[in-house]
Amino acid sequence: MTNLLEVENLSKRFGSVQANHEISLTVKPGEIVALLGENGAGKSTLVKAVIGLVKPDSGVIRVKGEELPYGDTAEAIARGIGMVHQHFQLVPVMSVTENLVLGDEPTKFGFIQMQKAKRETAELSKRYGLAIDPDAIIEDLPVGMAQRVEILKALRRDVSLLILDEPTAVLTPQETDELLEVLRNLAKKGVGILFITHKLREVMALADRVVVLRNGKLAGSTTPKESSESQLAQLMVGREVVLHVEKGPGNPTGAALEVRELEVLDDRKLEAVKGLSLQVNAGEILGIAGVEGNGQRELVEAICGMRNRRKGTVRIAGKEVPNLKPHEVHAAGVSHIPEDRERHGLVASYSIADNLVLNRFDQEPFAKGWIRNLDAVASNGEELVERYDIRTPSASAPASSLSGGNKQKTVVARELSQDLPVVVASQPTRGVDVGSIEFIHKQLISARDRGAAVLLVSAELDEILSLSDRVAVLYGGKIVATFDSKFANRDEIGRLMAGSQGAHS
Amino acid sequence: MAILQRVKLQTLSIPLLSLLIAFIFGSLLIAMQGSNPLFAYQVLFTKAFGSIEGIATTLAKATPLILSGLAVAICLRAGLFNIGAQGQLISGALASAWAGYSFVGLPFLIHIPLALLFGAFFGSFVALVAGLLKAYRGVHEVITTIMLNSIVIALADYLASTPFKEPDQPITRTPKIEESARIPDLFGLPFGFFIAIAISVVFWWLMRRTTTGFRIETIGRNRNAGWYAGISVKRVIISSMLLGGATAGIAGAVETLSITGRFEPAFNAGLGFDGITVALLARANPLGVIPAAILIGGMRGAASTMQFRAGVAPEIVDLLLALILFFVTAPILLRLLKRKEEGISLSSGWSN
Repeated sequence: MTNLLEVENLSKRFGSVQANHEISLTVKPGEIVALLGENGAGKSTLVKAVIGLVKPDSGVIRVKGEELPYGDTAEAIARGIGMVHQHFQLVPVMSVTENLVLGDEPTKFGFIQMQKAKRETAELSKRYGLAIDPDAIIEDLPVGMAQRVEILKALRRDVSLLILDEPTAVLTPQETDELLEVLRNLAKKGVGILFITHKLREVMALADRVVVLRNGKLAGSTTPKESSESQLAQLMVGREVVLHVEKGPGNPTGAALEVRELEVLDDRKLEAVKGLSLQVNAGEILGIAGVEGNGQRELVEAICGMRNRRKGTVRIAGKEVPNLKPHEVHAAGVSHIPEDRERHGLVASYSIADNLVLNRFDQEPFAKGWIRNLDAVASNGEELVERYDIRTPSASAPASSLSGGNKQKTVVARELSQDLPVVVASQPTRGVDVGSIEFIHKQLISARDRGAAVLLVSAELDEILSLSDRVAVLYGGKIVATFDSKFANRDEIGRLMAGSQGAHS
Repeated sequence: MAILQRVKLQTLSIPLLSLLIAFIFGSLLIAMQGSNPLFAYQVLFTKAFGSIEGIATTLAKATPLILSGLAVAICLRAGLFNIGAQGQLISGALASAWAGYSFVGLPFLIHIPLALLFGAFFGSFVALVAGLLKAYRGVHEVITTIMLNSIVIALADYLASTPFKEPDQPITRTPKIEESARIPDLFGLPFGFFIAIAISVVFWWLMRRTTTGFRIETIGRNRNAGWYAGISVKRVIISSMLLGGATAGIAGAVETLSITGRFEPAFNAGLGFDGITVALLARANPLGVIPAAILIGGMRGAASTMQFRAGVAPEIVDLLLALILFFVTAPILLRLLKRKEEGISLSSGWSN
């Protein structure tokens, strides 16, 4: 059987980030290939290169044996490649039929033949077994149905290769099951399917073959039969360079952060944290290991005042705190290194010095009553730039002039220089260069050594293992196991991350 | 330091380049009317800036534009696009006229500030409606301020034609304000000009040195980070709309109290809209508003002379202003300069 899609040694670099490095991949007709990897591993870049939305730097893309030119979306579509984006490309106020024919309407004397279009829609949905009402308005449809329209839109153009970018990220578990069924049926009809995901369950349930990316490189290629969820998890999160962290033994004293029976909903109003309890002692680092999407984000946001809790209590230094705003949690004694530094951590066009006082700009000595003390802001900026090794010619340069690592060091400097009793660090080294990673790790350890309770959430298992005093494994919104890191075993943690023990959703 | 210098250079280079390109396009349009563009420009600028009287006229014209420019600029700083300066200005102009003729027998030291206060209050009241709708219901301020413009203009027409109308006159206008409410001239220049300069400096200081200014600026640049740092987004939206509305109201009041002497609907046409051009040309800098307003005020003031002496239709000035506005906002120039925009974004998106 000839290959439907062949990618050979594809490379793409964005500035200083190597998004794809010599990646090769094939998809055969009727085959379902899962593209697995953490956020930022290069999955989206790869499929965007295939469909022509991204121009690769080097490498060859072949469709049915013929080479595809770089960055030519129209040509890719003409050769039978269809893509279902993570964010739907639909017009919400128009009907299913109108969206399907958009851009390619059946016309007669310049008038759209709506009846013909509707018949076509009905036929299409019957042929592929995707039941849908041709007259329904998109914005009235549940997400799963809207996605169906996206898939039909691609199928209408006779695709032979369907690419789906995290198709299940927005779906409920039931909708996910339906989608998997739909994709299986499509494959039986000979359509090749390449889908991006970081959810292991889907890969095991659906894929014929799995290609794992890590840090822009091919980490492995296998089949669900030959491997297990825990092996896949390790392929995904393992890092080639194991960073060695110098750290003395911890000296834990009493509980500084206590979470009891916490329940939190995610953006889709589904339960993401399901009755979770944990305790972080002063003077220790508790690492949360887990595959992304198991409630990490919601846990951190609920502790740090960015998301309301549905149930449960949070105690900081022994005092119970209600649902608060972020700065109130900060005032209660929690430093937070947020997951999304560009969105929440920094004002890019402000100077580094202003960013370093962003949550204290109206307090002494940075302001006296109504008047800001710019000298104090500037000298604080210079001092922290020096102390936290932020590589910049001046603290008055805009934060946008910094590299990712130095931006993160700016956030770390602001949060850790205040010596608060609790530190919550969420993905503190994501997208950060190796030198900055080492520095940030040292800062987290020195926060621990001065007696702070550090809660570390990271998608990098190596980071968790090398920094933490204790490791808790999060799966399906619950902590399924806690280890002393001295006795932690990678294989066992990998299995737990994949949900092989305890409850599963 | 090189980075800083580059950013500063850009804040100057974009407006200047916009002006240059607008005048080049304008010269083509003048040439199409059969006149000599260089001569037309020479007449325009000699009239506006070539003599003491010319400069006095220019500054008088610039005064309300400085204030309406500030009204737009302060909101831009908070990430809000206040298209409603016109309505706020009219509201302030009418309120100050009413205060100017209704209170009789006050000393001018009380009467003038009182009338200005009326202008500020009613200007900010109009803006408050848009601010509340934005803060609590998420209604986009561009939509509400445009609608409020229509409401205020119609309401002011009604008030000036019926309850506040000057008795026994066929024209729609209010009575003349009392002499005690009239803003005098100072050294042959309208005193209102100095008020406008003072308010610009106060705004500059506010943005630079106070926590209030920092809050406004932070929300304007990154609303999420501002919220995360503990700044109330609602309060910033409402307070910057109030400040903007009050400034536009003072613009209308100064115009009433020093130039027109009463409220007459047609007199204030366009002052608020020119404020948008002024604010964007100044890149929302409170001090930059001053030269931008002087330039535009000068062109407005000299338009009719250009018609007499160079035979160019005075609408060419409208066209020039529109071209300036276009080039200063269009990203074309930025792309030409090949630099990513730093600093303020000039308006918020349509969907937030």
